[in-house]
Amino acid sequence: MRATRLWTWQLAAGLIVLVLLGLHMLVTHLDQLLGWFTPPGVEATAWASVLARSETTFFAVTYVILLGAALYHGLYGLRTILVELWPNGRFARALAVLFWTGGGALFVLGTYAALAVRLAAAAAAAG
Amino acid sequence: MSVTEPRAVTFLVRRYDPERAAPPRWERFAVQAETGMTVLDGLNRIKETLDATLAWRSSCRMGICGSCAMVIQGHPALACNTQVLEAAESGRLTLAPLPNFAIIRDLVPDLAPLFEKHRAVRPFIERADEELAGDLSGEFRQSPEELLRILQFTYCIKCGACLAACPTAATDAEFLGPMALAQAWRYSADSRDGGWSARAPLVARDHGVFHCHYAGECSNVCPKGVDPARAIQFLKRRLVFEYLGLWREGSPCRELVRPGPEKPRPDVPAPPPPTVGPLNP
Repeated sequence: MRATRLWTWQLAAGLIVLVLLGLHMLVTHLDQLLGWFTPPGVEATAWASVLARSETTFFAVTYVILLGAALYHGLYGLRTILVELWPNGRFARALAVLFWTGGGALFVLGTYAALAVRLAAAAAAAG
Repeated sequence: MSVTEPRAVTFLVRRYDPERAAPPRWERFAVQAETGMTVLDGLNRIKETLDATLAWRSSCRMGICGSCAMVIQGHPALACNTQVLEAAESGRLTLAPLPNFAIIRDLVPDLAPLFEKHRAVRPFIERADEELAGDLSGEFRQSPEELLRILQFTYCIKCGACLAACPTAATDAEFLGPMALAQAWRYSADSRDGGWSARAPLVARDHGVFHCHYAGECSNVCPKGVDPARAIQFLKRRLVFEYLGLWREGSPCRELVRPGPEKPRPDVPAPPPPTVGPLNP
């Protein structure tokens, strides 16, 4: 059943956002206390720290997962609200097409941004 | 209920006459209210002594039929189950028809969509084994624990108060609503039922169970203490667990228990022979 599948993924995406956004908050706001994924003597939100985190495989993967989960959770939630306000089959189908294509494009763009550092490093190593 | 002195209460009633082009309006009626007078009694007094054209729907006068649900002091409630002096401490009592329904006249909502939604979720025991289910000479027994799973949901009187209080139904007229969804769970959770496979696609469709915001107002206003919001969460849990392959539920009870040959006690007269037997013997 389609609605069950979509809603279950909505729940799962919400949980992923909760965990990964929580991790993001811990890393960026409690850096003085925890010092996770932050070079010593540098603030967590400084460019050097962001660059250092982006170079690690763990952060490259979690950035992409967080991006996908946040996009799905947000766009599906928005679709639910809009379909509830305008319950029309054609409108719902148009929204689905718009959100899948728009969300997909944003996901590709965001993934490129998350992996840009690693892609640039790989290109430099290749030649 | 403590006895208090009779007091003048102003009934502020939402009136609507479909035969007049005028929009709904408020009308005041002064009623002398005494201890024990319900809102329904007050409406009856208005009709008898002040305005015979006032319309509302009622039947049993004792909170069983669910006919007289209306908005009393801003909250959906049964008129027969609400004391005037308790509800109108300020001396003013506002009465309006249930929202989220079309209005037929004055305080009479059109409940047809409510019953259509109820019918849509197949609110009855369904079994594949028609031969066994049709055998009226026996009964499928339920344990007290199995009964408790569904008991509170059987108290629903289909008054429509929950749907009137539902914020989702306010924006989405196609939403199945708390009453129909709670009844879908009432039958699906019944140990004698085998109709889940037919019922699940009906409740899991668009405008179904996943559109519930879990505001919980349906449970707050239910005059019978039913918790439809809880039933909706049970439905969601079953659907999601089934999708994830985590749901473990046995098949419906197959043991038909018939009155057996019991050792007669000499001090108890023998029972009469059964009056019903198997269908199509």
